[in-house]
Amino acid sequence: MLEATPKEIVDRKALRINPAKTCQPIGAMYAALGIHGCLPHSHGSQGCCAYHRSHLTRHYKEPIMAATSSFTEGSAVFGGGANLRQAFTTMYKLYNPDVIAINTTCLSETIGDDIPTLIRESRESGIIPEDKVVIHANTPSYVGTHIAGWSNMTKAMVTYLSTKTDTAKNQINLIPGYVEPSDTRHLKQMLKTLGVEAVVFPDTSEVVDTPQTGEFHMYPKGGTTVEALRTTGNSLATLALGPEASKAAAVELEKKCQVPYQLLDLPIGIAATDRFVQAVMEVTGVEPPESLVEDRGRLVDIMTDWQQYLYGKRVALSGDPDQLVPVTEFLISCGARPVYVITGTPSRYFETRCKEILQETVPEAIVKADTDLFYLHQLIKNEPVDLLISNVYGKYIARAEDIPLVRFGWPILDRVGHSYFPSVGYRGSMHLLCNIINTLLERKDRDDPDEVFELVL
Amino acid sequence: MNEVIFQERAKQIHRKGDAPFELACNKESLAGAVSQRACVFCGSRVVLYPIADAVHLVHGPIGCAAYTWDIRGALSSGPELHRLSFSTDLQERDVIFGGEKKLTQALHELIDRHHPNAAFVYSTCIVGIIGDDLEGICKKASQEKGIPVIPVMSEGFKGNKRAGYNAACKAMFRLVGTGDTTEISPHSINILGDFNLAGEIWIIREYFERMGIEVVANITGDGRVGDIARAHGAALNVVQCSGATMDLAKMMKEDYDIPFVRVSYFGIEDMAEALYKVAHFFKDDSEILHRAQQIVREELSTLYPQLQKYRQDLQGKKAAIYVGGAFKAFSLVKAFRLLGMEVVMVGSQTGTSEDYRELHEVTDEGTIIVDDSNPLELSAFLKEKDVDIFVGGVKERPIAYKLGLGFCDHNHERKEALEGFVGMLNFAKEVHATVMSPVWRFVPRREIRQ
Ligand code: SF4
Ligand code: SF4
Repeated sequence: MLEATPKEIVDRKALRINPAKTCQPIGAMYAALGIHGCLPHSHGSQGCCAYHRSHLTRHYKEPIMAATSSFTEGSAVFGGGANLRQAFTTMYKLYNPDVIAINTTCLSETIGDDIPTLIRESRESGIIPEDKVVIHANTPSYVGTHIAGWSNMTKAMVTYLSTKTDTAKNQINLIPGYVEPSDTRHLKQMLKTLGVEAVVFPDTSEVVDTPQTGEFHMYPKGGTTVEALRTTGNSLATLALGPEASKAAAVELEKKCQVPYQLLDLPIGIAATDRFVQAVMEVTGVEPPESLVEDRGRLVDIMTDWQQYLYGKRVALSGDPDQLVPVTEFLISCGARPVYVITGTPSRYFETRCKEILQETVPEAIVKADTDLFYLHQLIKNEPVDLLISNVYGKYIARAEDIPLVRFGWPILDRVGHSYFPSVGYRGSMHLLCNIINTLLERKDRDDPDEVFELVL
Repeated sequence: MNEVIFQERAKQIHRKGDAPFELACNKESLAGAVSQRACVFCGSRVVLYPIADAVHLVHGPIGCAAYTWDIRGALSSGPELHRLSFSTDLQERDVIFGGEKKLTQALHELIDRHHPNAAFVYSTCIVGIIGDDLEGICKKASQEKGIPVIPVMSEGFKGNKRAGYNAACKAMFRLVGTGDTTEISPHSINILGDFNLAGEIWIIREYFERMGIEVVANITGDGRVGDIARAHGAALNVVQCSGATMDLAKMMKEDYDIPFVRVSYFGIEDMAEALYKVAHFFKDDSEILHRAQQIVREELSTLYPQLQKYRQDLQGKKAAIYVGGAFKAFSLVKAFRLLGMEVVMVGSQTGTSEDYRELHEVTDEGTIIVDDSNPLELSAFLKEKDVDIFVGGVKERPIAYKLGLGFCDHNHERKEALEGFVGMLNFAKEVHATVMSPVWRFVPRREIRQ
């Protein structure tokens, strides 16, 4: 299917082929699902909303609920105000959500609907009941990507809800970044092990990974509650994981409620997780319990036991900036050589950090933001790699070039596990590393001729 | 909560036996509803997408292209250009200053690299607002590159999926009539409204070919630009599906005087009827009907015995159907009946009042008929009717599973061919496998029931 990809790389100015990103609203919708009792609302035509729901459904294999303003030609001409008012009425009548989180779309952005004013008017006229929360984020897709959408919606949670009162709370805020529910669940577990009280937001665990009960719940049990979100203004500090996804909210929280923040890489791999634990210790004064130290030890044990299979391996990576930075660092710690690292999201953080990390050991590495998978494929055609780490869309390249693939990142539409097994923290890193090693060994077994095919590796 | 839902939407829900049949449909979805419906662009995209030797360029911001990248298993026996995702990835400056230059450049880059036989350029919502002259740009590119470059006017807000089908048909109609028809047999057809999911059109084509009929163009499953260009040389259009390609058949009737017949390839009865309908059209050659009968006989003689064993297990189980177009619903109702199953709910996203009237006729007393439903409603019906299997699309699957029911994707994500005689067997197998799976025993709600 990708035979047509030419080796020769020409600069493309206008054409995007096989994107390594998608649009803002889907990120906003996913973030909004991390609020308890929240119905995300897509202010635009119904197509966008249907696509976003389908896409999330394909990734999580869960029902994804979101409403839409169902724009028509009339709304395109006269603005979507009437649609939004009607939408509020419908939503409260039919679905009665505690929270509505509105994201805009390209269409409503281009028309220029003023959402805050529309919300205010609907509140004044009583369309929005008094005890109900409505928040919004502007998410035009022609600026930024799904990551910006997540970031904007997370920031909106602060803008609308965080409050500073006189009673300081002995808790921290943790913004986990654009991660899987498994990751958020594991981060909460780690904090619990460390004995730290925290408000983690947004929290999509128990929302998009709910147990089978035989019942369909429109509002699953998980998600950060509005009460908890309000108290974030009284926390000791904020730890923001993954700058592209989490920085905006942390900065806003400092501005609005003077809560100091620390910006960290996502805790994937040994070094990044160390820094995360270190930061928690600094902010709260806790000491890591034995069990956490042992988890770390087990991760290092895997790294040492299997280093020979990773050393010098050429790896190509595609994904989202916040994930790619620590994974690149992790691979370097294991002796692998990330030679191509690309993302569709424009990100200075990504380019600077990756280059920093790679500079010494893999100076020839190509790091590029704001590009696509067609480009990555061309790079690989020119000089092949031993392993590809990518979201689901990497499977075309992996097949065309016969390279082993580790599915990692978002979205993964064709495999199971990402919702349940984390890749953050020491344990998550163990899981990711095992996956990488096993994938390489699987390939070795497949390719080894009979005479060197061995039972014990 | 349910009461409110039913009140608000009462006119789009009907329970057979309650009252004289009446169903409001093709209404705009209510703003604020968790609608399962998609947009114009989506409609156009699914219809044109299987044309495998064309490039499909989405003029708009990245999302519209990203979500439609290879999400449908429309198989091709040759080129696979349709499976790549091309977008102009509009940025803020393009929205402000217009995207025309970018589009022109993208077309050039694209056509020079991939040498397609045609290019379809899809308009998205935002393009409708910023007002790029798609028509003009495509015309110019077409002249410069010497291939058809066809705009698809599929701005999402200009209606629902059905409007998108229409836009797609208009786009294809520009190709029709541009090819050479000299060698085409008088016994020839075009297959319209099949998208070759899981290789289905190959099955259907083979039946027709065994009957001695030439298939000129597949529209659009495993489709080719050149075939569509000479589609006007066929004697008959055989149209499946109530919505997707009907408009094209009508246009071809008007301009080229090509008659059409409506068929469905799902289920035994409908499949056989499809072959007979076509055979009757070519009355001048009685051999054709003869061969059709022979095919049906042969296929059924191998099929029936195999179906029996599934039927035994499935007898009396209850099914619910919620699909995109209503035509599928008819066939599904019949197919379930053949398996001895009872259809207790049936609905669609885009059915017409005519469709629903027909559905009303073929269903049993007490069956719920519903237009443009939503998850809460669907789950309430599924539980009320104590359903064993739900047939739907991507957004319905997890709802079925959460409720602890079997599921069959009769939409984009089907992995087995469900059309043709062999398709009925595959369908039976799939339904059987999911209904009989032991996992439902562990579902708390159904555990209690047993
Ligand atoms: S119009 Fe914008 S918001 Fe809607 S799907 Fe396309 S890119 Fe996403
Ligand atoms: S922007 Fe318009 S065309 Fe694109 S997905 Fe949304 S509704 Fe459809």
